Amino acid sequence: MLLALPALWLVGVYGGSLLSLLSQSFFRLDSFAGTIDRTPTLATWRDLFTGANMAVVGRTFTMAASVTVASVIVALPLAYYIARFAARRTKAWMILAVLLPLWSSYLVRVYAWKLILAAEGIINWFLTRIGLGPVLEGVLDLPVIGGPSLSTSYLGQFIVFLYIWLPYMILPVETALERVPISFLEASADLGAKPLTTFRKVVWPLAIPGIVAGSIFTFSLTLGDYIIPTIIGDSSPFIGLAIYSQQGVAGNLPLAAAFSFVPIAIMAAYLTIARRLGAFEAL
Amino acid sequence: MTRRPRLLMLAAAAVLAFLHIPIFLVGLYAFTTEEASFQFPPPGFTFRWFGVAARNDDIREALVLSLGVAGVATTVALVLGTLAAGAVWRSKFFGRETLSLFIVLPIALPGIVTGIALRSAVNLAEIPFSFWTLVVGHATFCVAVAYNNVIARMRRTSPSMMEASMDLGASGWQTFRYVLLPLLAPALVTGGMLAFALSFDEIIVTTFTAGQQQTLPIWIFSSLVRPRQRPVTNVVALLVVVVTFIPIILSQRFARRADEN
Repeated sequence: MLLALPALWLVGVYGGSLLSLLSQSFFRLDSFAGTIDRTPTLATWRDLFTGANMAVVGRTFTMAASVTVASVIVALPLAYYIARFAARRTKAWMILAVLLPLWSSYLVRVYAWKLILAAEGIINWFLTRIGLGPVLEGVLDLPVIGGPSLSTSYLGQFIVFLYIWLPYMILPVETALERVPISFLEASADLGAKPLTTFRKVVWPLAIPGIVAGSIFTFSLTLGDYIIPTIIGDSSPFIGLAIYSQQGVAGNLPLAAAFSFVPIAIMAAYLTIARRLGAFEAL
Repeated sequence: MTRRPRLLMLAAAAVLAFLHIPIFLVGLYAFTTEEASFQFPPPGFTFRWFGVAARNDDIREALVLSLGVAGVATTVALVLGTLAAGAVWRSKFFGRETLSLFIVLPIALPGIVTGIALRSAVNLAEIPFSFWTLVVGHATFCVAVAYNNVIARMRRTSPSMMEASMDLGASGWQTFRYVLLPLLAPALVTGGMLAFALSFDEIIVTTFTAGQQQTLPIWIFSSLVRPRQRPVTNVVALLVVVVTFIPIILSQRFARRADEN
């Protein structure tokens, strides 16, 4: 009884929706008539594996991977500080400071970066003030990551992705580090290890489950996002954006449906590996 | 306690600053006198745009719609989340693991997958888009938040409390009303506020289930894609930040007080 209602909602509404999505991917867009042909076919799936679409997948995958690696590097110092050095009150306060951006408006935070990265915005102003303007220009002149301005470059896009998903990495890493007994660190120091060695041989391996847990979020969220590539960057398509425009402007719902199973497949593979590494205990 | 390495402290402070400066800047820009660009530092400050935003009918309607959807979706999510948590907590049953997987799935999968799946279902069933398609979409991902909060609370509650109540002759309803509900109240408030904040500024699932309706995030998004009335957009952005911050801070305080008791 207790169960009937939520089960019906989730399995019915959500499971049903996913199934209908899967079924759509076996239909085909009749490109002459512009209508959807509802006879089962694999043509749409064949379209998915063509060069242009695979380039989109590759680009998204590269971005997701680099955002994940960078977020580990940025998250570690803060997580380590909170877990190990912050006093009790400070700790609660700092965790709230990480949670606030996580729960507060995603869209507004992306918008904030539009203000920041704009050519007349604060980064340009600040770098020019301290005489580093030419450095920024040099970076923007680089191939691939550069562009006419920060807000239309991959570099800008990367910064925004990193900013938006960073709290998802900080929190599980902090949880994992909290579980490292101080006696381990003392033992390591007593045995003559330098702080850096202790970090590498003791802290890092114990942080791994947290890092994997965090990377599930940073990776999955980057894979499916289409808001950031729409607002920031040179509007070259990512998976999310491709799904969005296939179903919207192009009216090709079957291809959009097939496309949305790419992140699902990547995440399923990722989760299987993560489970082996024990990441679910750190969530 | 060991001494705190200065370098690590600096790095930690820098990361916190990185997280908060952008939000602070949104607040700053709401008061700028500059209309056409994102010039920094702002050439001057004014309250003018707040008045302009308040008189804008589109914004008012979008705000009302967003608040309405968030309110109803939160209520639905709390009921469903509590029921599901109760079922998972009280008994082991066939499909228990599947149910808990289905609860987290809508937030574990990218939003666009949830969005397009719901849209394709709505299309196949030929249901017109309405307030209720939005509520269904939002409730689906809000259930996870409600469920997580409620089940965490239940796991810290001893089942003997309910057994005692039943032994003393209370009916199932009385036990729920006078024993379980007061125990769950803090979790319901926390989960409800987080679900509300989540729903209020959700954009992706919203885009796919809204049809022609405009919620506040959709209004902001469309004015970002086709820039118009920049100063008004800044004000609305600040409004959204404030509306989402309040429930989060309140729910944190509430959760902490409940933990201390």
